[in-house]
Amino acid sequence: MEENKMKNKELVRLTTAGSVDDGKSTLIGRLLYECNAIYSDQLELLEKIRKKNGGEDLDFAFLLDGLSAEQEQGITIDVAYRYFSTDKRKYIIADVPGHEQYTRNMVTGASNAQVALILVDARKGLLRQSKRHLFIASLLGLQHVAIVINKMDLVDYSQAVYDKIKRDFVEFSIKLNISNLTFIPISALKGEMVTKSTGKMPWYKGWILLDYLENIQVVSERNLIDFRLPVQIILRPDQDHRYYAGLVESGVFRKGEEIMILPSRQKSIVKSIILGLNQVKEASAGQSIVFSLQDNIDISRGDIVVRQDNLPRIASRFEASLCWLDKRPLDLSRTYILKHTSKEIRCSLDVLRYRINTDNLHRKKAKTLHLNEIGRVIINTNEEILFDPYIQNKNLGNFILIDEISNNTVAAGVIIKDKKYANEDIASSVKKKGAILWLTGLSGSGKSTIANKVFDNLQTKGIDCEILDGDVIRQNLNNHLGFSKEDRLKNMEIAGFLANMLSKHGVVVIVALISPCKFKREEFKNKFDNFYEIYINASLAVCEQRDVKGLYKKVRQGEIVNFTGIDNVYEQPKTPDLEVKTDKLSVDEAVDKVTKFIKNKLKLFI
Amino acid sequence: MSDYNIEYLDFLESESIHILREVAAEFNNPVMLYSIGKDSSVLLHLAYKAFYPGKIPFPFLHIDTGYKFKEMIEFRDYYTKKIGVELIVHQNTESQAMSFRSEDAGSEEYIYYKKTKPLLEILRKHEFDVAIGGARRDEEKSRAKERFFSYRNQEGIWDPKNQRPELWHTYNTRIKKGEGVRVFPLSNWIEMDIWQYIKREKIEMVPLYFAQQMDLIERNGVYLQVGDHVQPQKGEKVFSRMARFRTLGCAPSTGAIFSSAKDLDSIIKELEKEKISERQNRVIDNNSLSAMEDKKREGYF
Repeated sequence: MEENKMKNKELVRLTTAGSVDDGKSTLIGRLLYECNAIYSDQLELLEKIRKKNGGEDLDFAFLLDGLSAEQEQGITIDVAYRYFSTDKRKYIIADVPGHEQYTRNMVTGASNAQVALILVDARKGLLRQSKRHLFIASLLGLQHVAIVINKMDLVDYSQAVYDKIKRDFVEFSIKLNISNLTFIPISALKGEMVTKSTGKMPWYKGWILLDYLENIQVVSERNLIDFRLPVQIILRPDQDHRYYAGLVESGVFRKGEEIMILPSRQKSIVKSIILGLNQVKEASAGQSIVFSLQDNIDISRGDIVVRQDNLPRIASRFEASLCWLDKRPLDLSRTYILKHTSKEIRCSLDVLRYRINTDNLHRKKAKTLHLNEIGRVIINTNEEILFDPYIQNKNLGNFILIDEISNNTVAAGVIIKDKKYANEDIASSVKKKGAILWLTGLSGSGKSTIANKVFDNLQTKGIDCEILDGDVIRQNLNNHLGFSKEDRLKNMEIAGFLANMLSKHGVVVIVALISPCKFKREEFKNKFDNFYEIYINASLAVCEQRDVKGLYKKVRQGEIVNFTGIDNVYEQPKTPDLEVKTDKLSVDEAVDKVTKFIKNKLKLFI
Repeated sequence: MSDYNIEYLDFLESESIHILREVAAEFNNPVMLYSIGKDSSVLLHLAYKAFYPGKIPFPFLHIDTGYKFKEMIEFRDYYTKKIGVELIVHQNTESQAMSFRSEDAGSEEYIYYKKTKPLLEILRKHEFDVAIGGARRDEEKSRAKERFFSYRNQEGIWDPKNQRPELWHTYNTRIKKGEGVRVFPLSNWIEMDIWQYIKREKIEMVPLYFAQQMDLIERNGVYLQVGDHVQPQKGEKVFSRMARFRTLGCAPSTGAIFSSAKDLDSIIKELEKEKISERQNRVIDNNSLSAMEDKKREGYF
């Protein structure tokens, strides 16, 4: 009988938050005390301290504030974890200090919580910190939030005070995404409404705090729909067998079913699942398991096992809310290590869209985020990551940022979505980069045609771009130049100079120029940022056959000399960044290829 | 199973195994601290499960003070051999460390020279970059703020105010050469969970945890078992009682409790009624109000 009670206990993880002096430690101490989680020797110690300090009530705070520095300063520095249980449930409390500057602790505590208890001093009501705590609870997707109005004994258990505070909170929280907001008036010091009521507040018809905790629905927190299993480590008990170990982050998977490994997209059948020391038929979210596959395929740490009909998002650019946790502020020009599931990759924070003022939820333009500030960013990773939006799947939607030099955890992130940015974001991200797409190839290979269409594609997406076409340059800028080797080089140099200048100001420049001299193109490649050599390749025969401008005909009739491909050498690119064979592709296919290439290079989701 | 419910102990087990696997995957040279006690036994069992059907990919380390109960040493050698793990035993044999008498056990100097110093020495000697320990947050209040991954600087020093925030179960495992991390996979377990799990998993334990007739003396308010390392001094009376140990450490500084609990069920029952914290019978923690924190700063587990 007792064993059953023990076995079926449900786990509830809660986080507390409050401002300084609103009696949080007293409340937690009271909860632990009433639920028999304080040992008699610890109580004796409290009694000793009470006598020494000459106080009236036991100071539970002393029991809780663990570090000597905090006891000296009378403040709580860090998140502490407490444990107590009832007949029905086991509780883990993340005891989060209330200091305004310690927002990072609240984020830490809330990241693993299902319930938040936000403490308010009945005499003070809704404070700036309370707003911040509510906002964080909403940001981290907590399903249950209770506003615990403490020190009711000091306001004569007044209903008017309670009503006023409740109104203020409701008004503020309308703007937030919190589904279950509950209000509980208590006196932690006197033990009123914590685990029992002595009838001091007959006007209050709601939960006693402990009853509230005992009855909230927490089962539905686990995502059992989207099967995701990041591979943590590979086990090789002998040369012939390979097993993969990991934590099922969400969903369910079964022996015998077909799964897919991402990012490689290889498929196989689940041969066995081992939980602990036993073979099992299926495993679900929250279980650390080991599995093997029927096929011997290449899997490494960081790969994610999924089901083919339910894939996560795959992207190297996404939007996230970020809470900055480090003393050194966010530096947009630096790269950081992003840790997501069992994968670490390098990333840069491309755009800081705005910073959120947690007092009024206003969004403000900002250049950086300081310790404890929260903002919205767009992140570029140097390889694709596999994720779900946080709101759908917390375990696949969270990440931390690590400083490459100090190795500190500098930020906590919650992934919002993976596409459809506002136009100004795209524009500003490209603005930082700009690019030169240098289309080289024989006359008639299709450079100008492709350039114009790619230009249209980019421009309609709000990207600043420009075309430098060989013919146009020669007609307007370089009409003094001929076709000698020196003049050709000069022509290329002027075009290159111009392209680089524009690119530096964030313009994507599409250059369509025969540019036969290989060494000059190489020189540009080395000298200019974001210079991409794109070889528009069609055989001479095809170009001559096309002869759009009738030039080949004139060459053959001897009206033009020094014509590239005929009596002037075209030096083919050996390793172009992209080669587009226009004698094999349709115009649309060729344009598509170049557009995709640049989107990828500039990491644009358009 | 049909509703995919996860029991509380299963949650704790899964969390600990996830952490052990992160350690094995991310660090170059891990070691697991093995103190032979109940928490160590659970930790060893979890490590066995975490890498099954493979082998535990790191060695175990026991810092021997020379004053451990004889039953502990016997159990250590028997059990590690049975499971098949590599065991490193290290003892500080400097004259300074050897000069302590059994009465010194539990003093600040004793702890430093017998435990902290040899631990730091051996970690450095083998270039272990991570040491896994069985500490729990409910044991002692400075531990309530401990992280799963607790960062130590190049001197092995713990700075409680400069620890990395730990969010979700996305752990930052990056360190520089020479730095170290202490990992505590049992952080969220409480004493009752440990016993429930030992029972469920049928984990073998040092017999001293179970009540037996013992010869005891009372010294400084603690009942010590008379044996190799504890002899009655002038004025100390030897008496015989049914007793057992709730925690195990050095014989001269570990107190027994009067108990008739001879099996796991009765230990669990006793614990449900027990209102005294488990470390009360350890001399080490009672030196000053912030005793444990000071030791941890220096590098003690």
